[in-house]
Amino acid sequence: MHLRTLARVDDEVRLEVNGPVTQRAILDALEARYPVLCGTIRDHVTHQRRPFLRFFACEEDWSHELPDAPLPSKIASGAEPFLVVGAMAGG
Amino acid sequence: MSGVRLLVGTRKGAFVLTSDGKRTEWEVSGPFFGGWEMYHLKGSPADPDRIYASQSSGWFGQLVQRSNDGGKTWEPVGNKFTYDGVPGTHQWYDGTPHPWEFKRVWHLEPSLADPDTVYAGVEDAALFRTTDGGQNWQELPGLRGHGSGSQWSPGAGGLGLHTIVLDPTNAQRMFIAISAAGAFRTDDGGTSWRPINKGLRSEQIANPTAEVGHCVHRIAMHPSQPNVLFMQKHWDIMRTDDAGDSWREVSGNLPTDFGFVIDVHAHEPQTIYVVPIKSDSEHYPMDGQLRVFRSRSGGNDWEPLTKGLPEKDCYVNVLRDAMAVDRLDSCGIYFGTTGGQVYGSSDSGDTWAPIVRDLPAVLSVEAQTLK
Repeated sequence: MHLRTLARVDDEVRLEVNGPVTQRAILDALEARYPVLCGTIRDHVTHQRRPFLRFFACEEDWSHELPDAPLPSKIASGAEPFLVVGAMAGG
Repeated sequence: MSGVRLLVGTRKGAFVLTSDGKRTEWEVSGPFFGGWEMYHLKGSPADPDRIYASQSSGWFGQLVQRSNDGGKTWEPVGNKFTYDGVPGTHQWYDGTPHPWEFKRVWHLEPSLADPDTVYAGVEDAALFRTTDGGQNWQELPGLRGHGSGSQWSPGAGGLGLHTIVLDPTNAQRMFIAISAAGAFRTDDGGTSWRPINKGLRSEQIANPTAEVGHCVHRIAMHPSQPNVLFMQKHWDIMRTDDAGDSWREVSGNLPTDFGFVIDVHAHEPQTIYVVPIKSDSEHYPMDGQLRVFRSRSGGNDWEPLTKGLPEKDCYVNVLRDAMAVDRLDSCGIYFGTTGGQVYGSSDSGDTWAPIVRDLPAVLSVEAQTLK
């Protein structure tokens, strides 16, 4: 919700990614289209995932996978979404 | 017609409170950025409709928002705070070296003359500046690069640079304070800095009179007397008459001299306000009574101001950036509490009334006097 508010979008976004579809490629494309999201999902400099965010793909947690690991083909084709989700917190 | 606009930062959003010069009826707008920690909002003295806001969260990190219409609409600006060069280390709680890591912006201080120039005090302690309205931020590395930087260690709330005071008579001079390193001054526009902690005494550190290591909570200045500063330290109210070269205690007859806020009356440079808090472990007023104390003599002699404030069962805190004054003829004083109340006085503190009662915990209050 907060990321959508910042980016001023109401729903999922579709991105064109050149080359292998990886976490890094998706986030590069996302930040290029919505610069306001730079620094909110991953660190500006190190590009490390912010600790309280999770990356889900095809009902699996990809948060701890390498950023250049290829994502499932259903993500690449757009059949399934790549989810950036705030971790449960707050008690 | 004159009026007042209060910029209120809370744990879960920002609020803008507006009133005419009578300050009896208030309009509350917000929350802006609901769900986000709004550590501080402040308007430009050169253009009051230009407001900057620090927006952060544990999930998404730091953003800076800017308004060009007095807080009605906002746009995100730059949020890249990168330490200059190799960051190095400061001291961690256990005494070991710890890498400098950016966490959040605690305080935004717009230039007195240029709406596009703003200083940002951040955690881990450093000072940044923008000269393009917030799009790009550059560190002023001379502060963190001071020889004592590797000895700075965080207070319980973190190693935050929370106070930035600009000298209205000397554009090259400013004062900053860090928990728990102490106060520092620059006389060359931020290039070089020196600690100004002589006279401070802190029993919580190994050398109570050390050059650095003091937990300064807040510094306030009246613009007509820029060499006179008032400080709420962790414990003790302090005063300097020589721009920080030496300090003396002016806690006087306060029931407790622990607290966070301190501010100066808009038209009486020797009239100052604090909100005493029982202790550093009990972050609430003494005896359940929320009282502002006023000194009309620049310290030492204090009188409690109670009319309109809770007289019992009040156990809130008032955080360091949560007091402000307006500049109307009859000076208004405002403060916010961790219980979500914002109290105001339109008669220099003689009487008080709640403006709002049920906001999220208030982190900061700034007052803008509108023509």
